[in-house]
Amino acid sequence: MKKFFTTMVAGAFAAVSGVSAAVADPVKVGFVYLTNPGDHGWTYAHEVARLDVNKHFGDKVETTYVENVPEGPDAARVIRELARQGNEIIFTTSFGYMDPTLKVSKEFPDVKFEHITGYKRSGNMATGNIRFYEGRYVQGVVAGMMTKSNKIGYLASFPIPEVIQGINAFALGMRSVNPDAEMSIIWVNSWYDPVKEADAAKVHIAEGADILAQHTDSPAMLQTAEKAGVHGFGQSSDMKAFAPKAQLFSSVNNWAPYYISKIEQLMDGSWSTGDGPDHWAGNTWLGMADDYLVLTEFENMPADVKAAAEAAEGKIKGGFNIFTGPYSDNQGTVILKAGEAYHDGNLWNDMNYYVEGVNGKIPG
Amino acid sequence: MEQLILTVILTSVPLIFAASGELIAERSGVLNLGVEGMMLMGAVSAFAIAMGTGSPILGMFAGAFAGALTAGIFAFFALGLATNQVATGLALTIFGTGLSGLIGAPLVGHAIDGLPQIHIPLLADIPILGMLLFQHDIMVYLAVIMVGLCAWVLNATRVGLIIRAVGDNHDSAHALGYSVLGVRLLAVMFGGMMAGLGGAYLPLVLTPHWAEGMTAGRGWIALALVVFASWRPWRVLGGALVFGGITIMQLAGQARGWTIPSQFLSMLPYLATIIVLVLIARNREFALANSPACLGRIFHAGK
Amino acid sequence: MISLIPRKDIPLALTVMTPIIAIALTLIVGAIIFATLGYDPLRALYQFFIAPVSRPDQIGDLFVKACPLIIIASGLVFCYRANVWNIGAEGQLILGAVFAGYVALTFPGLPGWAMMPLMVIAGMIGGLLWAMIPALLKTRFNTNEILVSLMLTYVAALLIDWIVRGPWRDPMSFGFPLTKMYEDAALISRIELPGIGYLGQLHWGVVGALLLAVGAWFVLSRMLVGFQVKVMGAAPRAGRFAGFSPSFVTVMVLGISGAAAGVAGMVEVSANIGQLQPDISFGYGFTAIIVAFLARLNPLAVIGAGLVVALAELGGDSAQIALGMPKVVTGVFKGILLFMLLAGETFNRFHVEIRLPKSAATKVSAGQN
Repeated sequence: MKKFFTTMVAGAFAAVSGVSAAVADPVKVGFVYLTNPGDHGWTYAHEVARLDVNKHFGDKVETTYVENVPEGPDAARVIRELARQGNEIIFTTSFGYMDPTLKVSKEFPDVKFEHITGYKRSGNMATGNIRFYEGRYVQGVVAGMMTKSNKIGYLASFPIPEVIQGINAFALGMRSVNPDAEMSIIWVNSWYDPVKEADAAKVHIAEGADILAQHTDSPAMLQTAEKAGVHGFGQSSDMKAFAPKAQLFSSVNNWAPYYISKIEQLMDGSWSTGDGPDHWAGNTWLGMADDYLVLTEFENMPADVKAAAEAAEGKIKGGFNIFTGPYSDNQGTVILKAGEAYHDGNLWNDMNYYVEGVNGKIPG
Repeated sequence: MEQLILTVILTSVPLIFAASGELIAERSGVLNLGVEGMMLMGAVSAFAIAMGTGSPILGMFAGAFAGALTAGIFAFFALGLATNQVATGLALTIFGTGLSGLIGAPLVGHAIDGLPQIHIPLLADIPILGMLLFQHDIMVYLAVIMVGLCAWVLNATRVGLIIRAVGDNHDSAHALGYSVLGVRLLAVMFGGMMAGLGGAYLPLVLTPHWAEGMTAGRGWIALALVVFASWRPWRVLGGALVFGGITIMQLAGQARGWTIPSQFLSMLPYLATIIVLVLIARNREFALANSPACLGRIFHAGK
Repeated sequence: MISLIPRKDIPLALTVMTPIIAIALTLIVGAIIFATLGYDPLRALYQFFIAPVSRPDQIGDLFVKACPLIIIASGLVFCYRANVWNIGAEGQLILGAVFAGYVALTFPGLPGWAMMPLMVIAGMIGGLLWAMIPALLKTRFNTNEILVSLMLTYVAALLIDWIVRGPWRDPMSFGFPLTKMYEDAALISRIELPGIGYLGQLHWGVVGALLLAVGAWFVLSRMLVGFQVKVMGAAPRAGRFAGFSPSFVTVMVLGISGAAAGVAGMVEVSANIGQLQPDISFGYGFTAIIVAFLARLNPLAVIGAGLVVALAELGGDSAQIALGMPKVVTGVFKGILLFMLLAGETFNRFHVEIRLPKSAATKVSAGQN
C-alpha cells in the first residue's frame, strides 16, 4: 500500500513537471464561468466564443476555463489561481465576479482582467458588455405586431440595470407599432431555474399572454410556449431546437469579436483600460452594429412583421438610439421630451422606472 | 383561473412523488436527506432513456429504477454500515448531483417529446373539471394512485404495521422477530424509486430537456412536505398543492402587479410546517399518528 | 449479510488507520473513475490532493476554506454529543452574518477595537437566537429539532435575500443586490507572518477558528458542562438521576452551536466578502455536519476533518484548471470520499462480520414466522 502511494505521488510529480516544461509560447487565456456551459444560455454563449478564440488563434493561444464558480470568495481564489498559472488575460463572465476580480487585479498588476457586465475597473481591469437591449427593441416590434390579446408576458431575473434596459427597450419597440399592447413582468429571482421559468411562462399564458420574452437563461420558457401554441423569443443562444414552431427569433450573444480583439490588443501591446476622466473608459459596450449581438433568422411570423423586424434591425445598426424622446414612464411622468436622448451613463444611473406599456413597478 | 390551477397541479407532481416516497422511508425510521440527489439521478436517467428509445414511458421506468438504485447506495452505508443518516444523506445529495451531471453531459441541448396527455373519455369533456382532473399525462394519475397505495399499505395492511413498528420502536420490532434492516432497506429503496419518478417528471413533462441540477432544490422542499403532512400520505397530496399553489400564486401575483416581496410568500410553507410540528407535538389527536419515534436513529442488532 | 458488533475498546492503531484506509480506498475508487473518464488517474489525484497545497500561500487558502467548517463543526459537536440534531447551522450562519452586518452597516464610524468585538457578539446573538427557536419549541412542545432547524434554514435564506434586495441594498449599487461595502474596521485582516509576509488569504479568523476548536475540546472533555452534555447524550436516564436537566442541556447545546455558526457567518463575510449579498455561505452549514462526523464528534479532530473536506473542495477547482475536468466529476469524487470516510468511521466503532447469506437468511426467516 505504502509503496503504491509513493510510486503514485512520484509519478504524478513527473507528469506535472513534464507538462510545465512543455509550456512555451502561446498566450494563456483564462475564463471563469458561472455555470456549466451546457446551460444552453449565458455560459454556453461564452463557451462558443472561447472555441472561436481557439479557432481564430490556433496554437498562438491556450485557453482554460473553470465552470460552476460561485459568486463569492471562491471566485477570488479561482481567478487568483488562473493568474498564478500564467494566464495573461482573464475573462470573468458574470456580474458577481466584480469585486473578486477587482481584488485579484490589484494583486497581479501584470495580468489583464476583463470583467463582463460590471461597472468597477482598475488600471489592469477593464469591463465588457453587449447592448442586449438592442435585440429586445426588435423583439418588442415583432411582439407588438404579432399579439392578438395585446398582452405580452416577460420573465425577468433580477432588477439590475441591464434587465431594466431590456424591459424598457422591449416596451418602446412594442409601443412603436402597437399603442394598446401591455407587458407584465414576472421576476423569477434566478438566472437559471428551468422548472420555475416554465411555471412562470404558464402563469403568463394563463393570464392571457400570447407572446413571451425572457431575460433568464434556460430554454424552458420556449418549450412551454411551444406546447401551449404561443410564440416567444430565445435568449443568449439560438434555442430553435427546443421550440421550432414557437421561436420567433433568438438574440444571440456573440462574445467572440470582443474576446478576439482584446487578446489581439494584448498581443500587440495596445491593450489598455483607456484613460481620462470618463467614467466609461475601459468599457467595451457594443451591439448589433458590431455583431456583438446577433439576431437569428426571423421565423414563424407573417411577411409584414418580418419586414418590420428587418427594418428595426437595420435602423439600430444604422445608429438609431432607442432611448430617444418623447416618452414617459408608466406613471405618466415625462422622462424625455422630443429631441432628447439618453447617453450611456443615463442607462446605468437614471433608469429606475418602467416606460409606458409595462405594468407594475420595479421591485426592491 | 382554471389554467392557473392546472399549473399548480402539474408543478406539484414531482413533490407528491418524492414526498410520499420519503414518507414511507421515514415511517420506517430512516431519514434520507439525499432526496435531491435521487431526484436528479431519476431525472437524468429518464431523459437519457426517453431520448435513446423515443419512449417517455420507458424513460419513466428508468427514472424509477435509477432512483431506487441510488437509494440502495444510501442503504448500503446508512443501514449496512450504520453510518450516520444525516451525514450519509447529505453525501448522497452531493454524489447524486455530481453523477447526474456527468451522465447528462452528452444529453445537454437535446429536446424530446414528453409524455402525452391522456383524455379520459366522457369525463374529460366535463367543463372545467374535465380539464383540471381528466386530461393529464399518465404520471399525474400515477402520483395519486401511489399516494393512495401508500396510505392503504401503511394503514390497512400487515406490511404497513410492520413498517410502522420498525419506525416507532426498532428494538421491540427486532425482539418480535422482524428484520429491522430488511424492512428499512425496502422502505428506503421505495423512497428512492418515488424520488426517481418525481425527478423524471421534470424532463418528461415540465421542461422536456435535461439541465444540470434542474431540480433546483425541490428535493429539499419534498423533505419539508413530509413533515408538513405530519407523515400522513393523503396530507402529502394536499400539502404539495399548498406548496405548489404558493409558488404559482407568487408568480401570478407579480404578473398582476402585487407588491408584497415574493420572499415572504415563499417563506409561508416553511413557517406553516413549523406550526404543524408544534400542533402535532401539542395535540396527538390532530396528528392521528405521530412522527416515527426512531427517525434517524441507528439500529444494530448485535447486542 | 453484514453484521456489526460494537467494539468494547478501540485500539489506537485502528483509530489512526481507519481514516487512512478510507482515504486510500477513495484514491483507488477515484483513480478508477478518472481512468474510465479518460483522465490520467495519477495526474488527476495529484491535482486533487497535492497541487492545491503545493505552495505556502495555498496552504493558507486551505485554512481559509476550512475556517467556517471548523467553527461550525466545533459547535455542532456539542449538539450531536448530546443527541440533539441541529441540522440548521446554515440558517444560523446567515442570521449571524445579518446581525453582524447590521452593526457594520449601521455604525460604520466605530473604531476597530469596538467594531470587531461588537460584530462578533452580534454574530453570536444572531445565530443563537435562530437556534433558540428549535431549542424552545423542543423543550416547550417537544417538537423535532431536526425538522424545525431545517425549515428555518429556508426561511433564513429567503430573509437575507429580501434584506439585500430591499431595505439594505446599497443605493449606489445600480440595483444589484448588494449592501454597502464594510468599512475597514469591520473587515478581518490578513495575517502578516514575520519574515514570511502574507500566506495566501490567511486571516485572523482562522486563528479564532483554531482557538475555538481547542476551547470546545477543553469544555467538552474537562468541564462539568461538557460532562453533562455527554451524559445526557449517552445515558439520559442516568443524567436525570444525576440531577441534570435535559431541557437545560438542549437549550445550551443548540445555543452553543447556533452562536458558533453565527460567528462563522460573521467571519466569512468580514474576511472574504466585505458586504452582504444573497449568497454568503454555499452550504458550509451542511458540509460542517459531515465534518463533525468525520471528526468522530471530537473538536480537536474537527480541525483535521475540516482541512480534508476543504482540500477536496480546492482539489476540484485545481483539477478543473489543470485538466479541464468538469466540476461534476469533482462532485462525484467528493461524494465517494465522504461515503468512504463515513464507512471508515463504522469500521472503527464496530467489528464487521460478513457472514454467508445462508445462515443469516435462516435467522431472519426463523424470526419472522
